[in-house]
Amino acid sequence: MDTTYDVIILGAGAAGLSAGIYTSRARLNTLILNEGAVGGQMVLTHEIANYPGVEITNGYALANIMKKQAKDFGCKIKSNIKISNYDFSGDLKTINLNDGRSFQAKSVILTPGGRPRNLNIPGEDQFKGTGISYCATCDGDFFTDKEIVVVGGGNSALEEAVSLTRYATKVTIVHQFDQFQAFKHAIIEAQENPKINFIMESELKVFSGNGKLSAVQIEHLPTGKVAEMKTDGAFIFIGYLPNTEDLHGVVDLNNRGEIVVDTDMKTNVPGVFAAGDCIVKKYRQVTTAVADGTIAALSVADYLRSKN
Amino acid sequence: MKLLQTNIHEIETAGELEKIINENENVMVCCGRMGPMCIPVYEVMEELEEERENVKFYTMAFDNPEAAPIRNAPQTRGFMGIPFTMYYKNGKVIEATSSIQSMKQVTNILDEHFSS
Repeated sequence: MDTTYDVIILGAGAAGLSAGIYTSRARLNTLILNEGAVGGQMVLTHEIANYPGVEITNGYALANIMKKQAKDFGCKIKSNIKISNYDFSGDLKTINLNDGRSFQAKSVILTPGGRPRNLNIPGEDQFKGTGISYCATCDGDFFTDKEIVVVGGGNSALEEAVSLTRYATKVTIVHQFDQFQAFKHAIIEAQENPKINFIMESELKVFSGNGKLSAVQIEHLPTGKVAEMKTDGAFIFIGYLPNTEDLHGVVDLNNRGEIVVDTDMKTNVPGVFAAGDCIVKKYRQVTTAVADGTIAALSVADYLRSKN
Repeated sequence: MKLLQTNIHEIETAGELEKIINENENVMVCCGRMGPMCIPVYEVMEELEEERENVKFYTMAFDNPEAAPIRNAPQTRGFMGIPFTMYYKNGKVIEATSSIQSMKQVTNILDEHFSS
């Protein structure tokens, strides 16, 4: 056992870092354990223009400031670890890592965040980076003068499809429903773009190619008919999943895998709190994650006071 | 001119790249931008730099014209996603990957080719 903390925060996105800032500033011995990149989904945002009090910035810069704030208050951060299992049953909560290390704390804040949803169809892993992308801003210029498909029907899919028309000669949006979930202005902008075509009520079934992506199979859902379409690339924007697979049976989750919390960010397990994109809520923004993390941190402080 | 804001040393010229890969046995170079597919790889490298003393870790800006030896390498032909991550052993490319990579994917390559 390395050490015992007042609070361990699992995840270093906006919610986790905010919680870390508050708990460490409250002189609680705080450790953040993070399986991915510090900043979480925040670093995937190229431009943040509506974070109050901060002029236009990017997610990486904002995350780095939050990380520095937390560390300056004494918060310890261990990144790129892999958690093997949890034991939250007693007063002391235990988190075991794959590398054999083990950490204990009097309380835990779960802030595992979310991740872009994959299609999970044949060929997706094989052609990642050789035709399949999840970031138009990063990889759009590789598809200059090429024909591509965009999968999804939300704001991200339609906005990124429009931005990809700066490079591609033709963009085909494939969406599983007969209407889009995006805001009206995004739908109109996509519909008015002459380079964009639409295939509705359809799903991608297979990616294929030789060394790089060259075709997709698309099923028209009402009829079940599958057709092959030649393509040079595919961009996938089909929403996010909460990173809570390992928390089944540990805390209460809803049917979408989101952690159920009360207004104080308490889970059903005493001493275990949750915040950010992983909890049941409607709006997922950096600002809402920061607010959740703050509430969770203050609740932890209350909880620890009540235990003393 | 440095274009990347990471804690990894950024190679700025093709000459510096050549010198580094020729003077070091095990070298990993991540050639990208400050974007969502690249930053997680830089973070992995920052973590590994502390514990893998037998490997030299570097970044290079994808939009730097001096990065042409990586962008145009035979091993990156067909790559359509940044970052292009190159692994060199004794001056030769022994592995190259395209797009985001996890800690596990990176360590698997390091363990396979650079285990001391």
